[in-house]
Amino acid sequence: MLSIKDLKAEIEGKKILNGLSLEVKAGEVHAIMGPNGAGKSTLSSVLAGRAEYEVTSGSVTYEGKNLLDMSPEDRAREGLFLAFQYPIEIPGVSTTNFLKTAVNEKRKYLGLDPMEATDFLKMMREKMDYVEMDKSLISRSLNEGFSGGEKKRNEVFQMAMLEPKLCIMDETDSGLDIDALRLVSNGVNKLRNKDNAFLVITHYQRLLDYIVPDFVHVLYKGRIVKSGDKELAKELEVKGYDWIKQEVEANS
Amino acid sequence: MSDTQEVDIIDQVVSQEYKYGFSTDIEMETAPMGLSEDIVRFISSKKNEPEWMLEWRLKAYRYWLTLEEPNWQNFDLKPINYQDIIYYAAPKEKIKLDSLDQVDPELLKTFEKLGISLSEQKRLSGVAVDAVFDSVSIATTFKDQLYEKGVIFCAISEALHEHPELVKKYIGSVVPYTDNYFSALNAAVFSDGSFVYIPKGVRCPMELSTYFRINAENTGQFERTLIIADDNSYVSYLEGCTAPMRDENQLHAAVVELIAMEKAEIKYSTVQNWYPGDKDGKGGIYNFVTKRGSCEGAHSKISWTQVETGSAITWKYPSCILKGDYSTGEFFSVAVTNNRQIADTGTKMIHIGKHTKSRIVSKGISAGKSHNSYRGLVKVNKRAENARNHTQCDSMLIGDRSGAHTFPYIEINNKTAQVEHEASTSKIGEDQIFYCNQRGIGTEEAVGLIVNGFCKEVLNQLPMEFAVEAQKLLAVSLEGSVG
Ligand SMILES: Nc1ncnc2c1ncn2[C@@H]1O[C@H](COP(=O)(O)OP(=O)(O)O)[C@@H](O)[C@H]1O
Ligand SMILES: [Mg+2]
Repeated sequence: MLSIKDLKAEIEGKKILNGLSLEVKAGEVHAIMGPNGAGKSTLSSVLAGRAEYEVTSGSVTYEGKNLLDMSPEDRAREGLFLAFQYPIEIPGVSTTNFLKTAVNEKRKYLGLDPMEATDFLKMMREKMDYVEMDKSLISRSLNEGFSGGEKKRNEVFQMAMLEPKLCIMDETDSGLDIDALRLVSNGVNKLRNKDNAFLVITHYQRLLDYIVPDFVHVLYKGRIVKSGDKELAKELEVKGYDWIKQEVEANS
Repeated sequence: MSDTQEVDIIDQVVSQEYKYGFSTDIEMETAPMGLSEDIVRFISSKKNEPEWMLEWRLKAYRYWLTLEEPNWQNFDLKPINYQDIIYYAAPKEKIKLDSLDQVDPELLKTFEKLGISLSEQKRLSGVAVDAVFDSVSIATTFKDQLYEKGVIFCAISEALHEHPELVKKYIGSVVPYTDNYFSALNAAVFSDGSFVYIPKGVRCPMELSTYFRINAENTGQFERTLIIADDNSYVSYLEGCTAPMRDENQLHAAVVELIAMEKAEIKYSTVQNWYPGDKDGKGGIYNFVTKRGSCEGAHSKISWTQVETGSAITWKYPSCILKGDYSTGEFFSVAVTNNRQIADTGTKMIHIGKHTKSRIVSKGISAGKSHNSYRGLVKVNKRAENARNHTQCDSMLIGDRSGAHTFPYIEINNKTAQVEHEASTSKIGEDQIFYCNQRGIGTEEAVGLIVNGFCKEVLNQLPMEFAVEAQKLLAVSLEGSVG
């Protein structure tokens, strides 16, 4: 589904991704872990197409297409979804209205008619259950005045509504209490199937108890320096990142 | 943003045209260019007006001659040569027809193209329309049905003949010709506009609306609208307007007067989409309008709602004089400026009666190299016990080459008054746009969505039939503003 080869990217002349490679197949869940400043958010931004980041070399193929050639909105319409580390507020625009626009823009791109209002509402109700999204929340301005947990739940709710193929979750667990973490994870687990894939970016092993990954990668200084299965996450939990840093320094 | 994307957006902007920029080729009867007493007489005689009307026009004209163009605004205004304007232009053949069958098909087509259907079958149900083309009213729909309820809705030139006592009593009563430079000019040369009278106790059964179209070259449009809502009545009125794309600036100097008697309510909405000029600021309409309503009776209410997206320069302050005790004035405004457009708009709320209330919500959006100012006065007179005002002024900037300014003036002469003012300025964020993009919403759509969210409070005030149109208009006027 996704093939990243030797990706290098920088922002304002600062090199952040330094030759990152990763293969993701449909049905897989990949966890990406790493210390602060390793480049995890940068990777998600580059995949989503944020213009500030300049890709200086390497390639990204998504569903057989050159992802880097596509506009951010087309990437989204082709099924790439990013759950933001810091979701954005849009005053005066309700989550409902926002999602109706998003769903219909995607449909337009796929050559489909806009969704009937009743079908849309039915879908909303169904998907709200995934993360126990409150009715009153979705009629309020998007993310405005939402608590940290509500914002993250809203991200997963939007993910459910847009039915993406590749879901990138950037520290969706940060700032969540244990109950919210369970809600969000349950939502994600319901969305998992053999046709989609997840890139779960996290700082802590905790989330991976709920969303069990097939692969765990450690990102450090803009490269994947170690890969393994879920046991690697547990090891990191116990030992921290220092031993990895030392390993990397020793090899370079 | 990559180079290819940037080129795409520039392409779009350049190729995108003002949707209503076409002109109609039709034989016109026009007054000779320029302004003089003879022209004033010419217009009056074209309309077959009673003597008193001509006298009033002439007084206004002579007064205007003594005035100088105002210069207190904070934008540059090239001096207007008033001798280079044609003050009267009307499609030939007709003055006023009994039936739409007799209207020139070319004109019907023009309005059709503007989305205003005058033909019986396709009319927007629930909305009566008066269509004004250059200096004359072409047709008014649903007139008879309204008249059955006692509602008078017709061209003001027609009202002068059919209901002279009402016109004579109220014209100039809220905006006297001595009010300002452009109101004096308008009184001298106005050629048409709408007249509305709602009798006591009647709730007008449909939305009334006037559609103004400037078509002829080198002409100015000077219409006059007069709306009287008698005791316990209600009316909702909407005006819309467009003009062809031309390289010269054209002057539109209208006067609107509203009178609300005891417990009457007038809702006046404007969707202003005059040609704004091109992206370098060439051409476009000068929209210099005096709009004022008087809450004459106790418990009366006047609400102004405006969505201003067009015109090279918009300069207007729809105001309320709150004379009746417990009367209410409201002003809800969205002003969008892009490219080189200028808007200097706001309101005046004059509290005279006791327990009067006013509310001001102004949303200014500036993009390109445009300038957008809110200018408003809240005045509480000595005897206006317990007056209340709440003002909220929000500005949104798109890009970093536009300007937003706020000039709130407050004059309080009664210590029981409670006046509150809130203001904010925000910038449309790249983060917001990217967030939308990431959900599959393109940049133009995203700007439309964000701006519509910002203006929601005002757009909610518009009659249903027009709210959707207005939303689209906002998005269209900002096309190409982010890139
Ligand atoms: N807009 C920016 N301008 C300059 N440096 C940035 C910017 N965004 C991120 N960085 C830097 O890039 C590095 C990687 O950041 P990020 O991808 O956010 O890391 P992570 O998500 O792994 O914590 C950090 O050193 C950060 O300071
Ligand atoms: Mg991060």
